[in-house]
Amino acid sequence: MVKRNVLATLYGIMGVGAIIGILAPLLQYWGNPANMGICVACFDRDIAGALGLHRADVVQYMRPEIIGFVLGSLIAALIFREYRPRAGSAPIVRFILGVFAMIGALVFLGCPWRALLRLAGGDLNAILGLLGLAFGIWIGTLFLKQGFTLGRSEKTYPSVGLILPLVMLGFLVLMFIFPQVEGEPKSGVLFYSIKGPGSQHAPLFVSLAVGLAVGILAQRSRFCTMGAIRDLLLFRQLHLFSGFVALAVVAFFTNLVLGQFNLGFANQPVAHTMHVWNFFGMALAGLAFALGGGCPGRQLFLSGEGDGDAAVFVIGMIVGAGIAHNFGLASSPGGIGPHGIAAVVVGFAVCLFIGFTMRKKIA
Amino acid sequence: MAATVDARGLSCPQPVILTMNKIKELGTGQIEVLVDTDTSKENVSRAAKSKGWTVADVTEEQTGYRVTLLKE
Repeated sequence: MVKRNVLATLYGIMGVGAIIGILAPLLQYWGNPANMGICVACFDRDIAGALGLHRADVVQYMRPEIIGFVLGSLIAALIFREYRPRAGSAPIVRFILGVFAMIGALVFLGCPWRALLRLAGGDLNAILGLLGLAFGIWIGTLFLKQGFTLGRSEKTYPSVGLILPLVMLGFLVLMFIFPQVEGEPKSGVLFYSIKGPGSQHAPLFVSLAVGLAVGILAQRSRFCTMGAIRDLLLFRQLHLFSGFVALAVVAFFTNLVLGQFNLGFANQPVAHTMHVWNFFGMALAGLAFALGGGCPGRQLFLSGEGDGDAAVFVIGMIVGAGIAHNFGLASSPGGIGPHGIAAVVVGFAVCLFIGFTMRKKIA
Repeated sequence: MAATVDARGLSCPQPVILTMNKIKELGTGQIEVLVDTDTSKENVSRAAKSKGWTVADVTEEQTGYRVTLLKE
C-alpha cells in the first residue's frame, strides 16, 4: 500500500501556507527588505547581482533562502523516496519562459509570493499585480485546454537531478569563502550591496534555516501559487488556492503583530504605482509560469526533487534578471524602466508564439 | 478491458486534464492512469474523487504508479 502524505491534504497545504505566512514577515523583522520576506523573483535577481550577471549595485546578495528551498526540497525528496531524476521536456522553451517570467515579475517588482506579502503588508498596488497574475494564468489555461504541452520528460541519471542542488551548494560554499565585508561592495568573486534592498537581509543561518524548512514543507505539500489560481480557473478546485489564501491571511495578522502593516498605494517599499504595468508585468509572468508548469517557488522545489527541466526554468529566471537590469527593463520605486513596456510586449509575443505552436492532442 | 491514460513524464496539470477528459468520455467504468511522480498520483486521485470516482488501487511500478479509478 502506498504511504499517506499528511501535508498534501487540505489542512496540510493550509498549514504550510500559514507557516510561510508567519516566517516571511518574520524574515522581514529579522532584516529582509520590507514586504519581501520571501520573494523568489527578487531573490533570484539578487543572486544574479551577487554573481555579477547584472551590476545594479542595490540588488546584489546571494540569498540563502533560495539555496535552502532547493536543498530542503532535495532532503525531503530523499527522505520520503520521492527523488525522481527526469529531464528532456523542451528545455530551451523552459529557459525562455523563465527569462520572460522574470522580466514580467521585475516590471511589477515581485513574484506571486511577494504579491501576497505586499498585499498582507497593506500595499494596495499588489491588487493590480494579483489581478494581472490571474489574467496571465487564465490565458495559460486556454492553451492548456487546447492541448498545450511541452512534451514528456524522460527518466534520467540520478546525477542530472543533482546538478541544480549542487550549484546551490556551490553558491553557499562561495558565501562562506567570501563572506560579506562591512562597507565593501565586493568580497572575492561575490558582489554585495552596501545600500538598497540587497543590503537588507536576515542573518545567513536564519535565512538558510527558514529556506530549508520551507523547502521541505513545500516539497511535501506541493505548494504552488500559480497552480492555486490555475486549478481554480481550470478545474474549480480550491486545494492549492486554500494554501495561497492561508499565506496571505496569516501574513496579514503577523504583520499587524510586528507593526509592519501600512495601508495605501503611495510610498510602499520597493513598489511603484503605475497600475497598468503592475497588471501587465504580472500578467506576463503569470502566463510564463502557467506554460512552464509552476510558480518560481515551485520550480525551485521541483528542481530539488530531480526535475532537470524545472532547473532550466530557474536558470532562465536568473539569466532573465541579468537581462532585465542590464537592458533597463526592470522597474524601480520611481516607476517602470526605460524599456520595460517594450519588454512586456515582446514577452507576450514570445509566450503566445510558444502557446499557439505547442498544442497537440496527447491521448 | 480498462481504458488507459498514460501521463508519465507530463508536467502539471496535464495528467489531471487527460484523466478528466477520459472521465468525461466514459462517464462510468474503469480507468488506469499511469503517472511518474507522487504529485501527479495525488492530483489525479483528488480530481477523480471530486467527480465521484473511487481510487480502487494504487500500485508502484518501475516507471512510477498505476492508479486505478472506478465508477459504477
